[in-house]
Amino acid sequence: MSKLQVSTTINGDPQEFLCDPDTTLLDALREELGLTGSKEGCGSGDCGACTVILDGKMVCSCLVLAGEAEGRQVNTIEGVAEGGELHPVQSNFLELGALQCGFCTPGFIVAAKALLDRDPNPSETEIRYWLAGNLCRCTGYDKIVRAVQDAAAELRQERTPA
Amino acid sequence: MMATLAFHAPKTLDEAIALLAVDPRAIPLAGGTDLIVQLRSDRLEPSAIIDLKRIEKLSGVRRHGDGFAIGAATPCTALKEDAELAAAWPGVVEAANLIGSVQVRNRATMAGNLCNASPAADSVPALVAAGATCLVVGTGGEREVPVKDIPTGPGKTSLKPGEVVAEIRLPGRVGGEGDAYLRSIPRTEMDIAVVGAGANLAFGPDGTCTAARIAVGAVAPTVVLVNEAGEALVGTRLDDTALEKMAEAVRSACNPIDDKRGTVEYRTAMAGVLAKRVVAIARDRAGEKA
Repeated sequence: MSKLQVSTTINGDPQEFLCDPDTTLLDALREELGLTGSKEGCGSGDCGACTVILDGKMVCSCLVLAGEAEGRQVNTIEGVAEGGELHPVQSNFLELGALQCGFCTPGFIVAAKALLDRDPNPSETEIRYWLAGNLCRCTGYDKIVRAVQDAAAELRQERTPA
Repeated sequence: MMATLAFHAPKTLDEAIALLAVDPRAIPLAGGTDLIVQLRSDRLEPSAIIDLKRIEKLSGVRRHGDGFAIGAATPCTALKEDAELAAAWPGVVEAANLIGSVQVRNRATMAGNLCNASPAADSVPALVAAGATCLVVGTGGEREVPVKDIPTGPGKTSLKPGEVVAEIRLPGRVGGEGDAYLRSIPRTEMDIAVVGAGANLAFGPDGTCTAARIAVGAVAPTVVLVNEAGEALVGTRLDDTALEKMAEAVRSACNPIDDKRGTVEYRTAMAGVLAKRVVAIARDRAGEKA
């Protein structure tokens, strides 16, 4: 099958790659661009481990064809830390031990940051519903939710950095 | 894995229709949350994918006469952002925003939910209850079809080869009307409806029900509009007798499957329960807008 040429912006940098028409954005990120932070858990949009931001909206990159990213802005887990400094969501995940195996963590962090970018003060219920599309099979969700709450407080400057 | 697959992202609906017309194995792509899963599991083996999301007039909510036209490529989360639509048709907007997760709803569309033709599609009972129609476009021109006439069985639609649903239309609202949708699932999020029920009611100034449409999902091969259930409410003030007659009509219309999600008995009983609950919510909403 003939290859598609895709020009897109990933974490602020222009990127071009070639892919098959049925390649997903997740596979293109991981295999064409070497951005292996986004994970494939289920490949069917249930687990959220592949969550990325596409033109400002969080989506499962396993349910996006790479060709659809033409001309779009993609933000991945690799772009969450800035200049080597962890985002408060990341530092609070570390501080509270909100991960064990870590496979779901990139998706949770991208999703949690997306929530806090639009609402710096979500309720616990809002956090839980927002993260319903991210599955963790190790720690349970309690530490994850508390890490997001602490990150939110830090971003609101109500508590000191983790 | 198919031998050859083409990917097209036309800028106009005419181009999309032309691409679908020349290739009977080409399929339109809206949100992709069902289609890409089916593609990856080889349940669908198209020759070409026609992405509808670059067609400007298929994205977003427009005013159409007194009502609304929702472009086929409009994601479910965008419906909530249209305050007038959310105020006029809260049941429809809520139903579309029960589908999957935020990640999924940022992509999934109501037109895709309709054309995927799952009996358990959450937005469809709400749309059918609302009396929604869709604009179907193909090489032969365009036609307006009631939403309820699109699904013909699990995974099957009445669309002719090369036709696409270009938009979903909802009527305008006057005072004294309200709609609602609820579904039953074993958890609170991220599940497929075991039963779903939608209601759309209108009331006169004295509180008498003047029109009622009740639709149920996941209890038959397609979403069912239960005419007898609506008729049981019209002319009443929704007294207990009328509500029980409505629920009995809903139960009688059920022809569900027995599976891990629910037994025939459970689905049938719950259809009646959910129908009563959505009627109560729709009535309250109509009262607020009287």
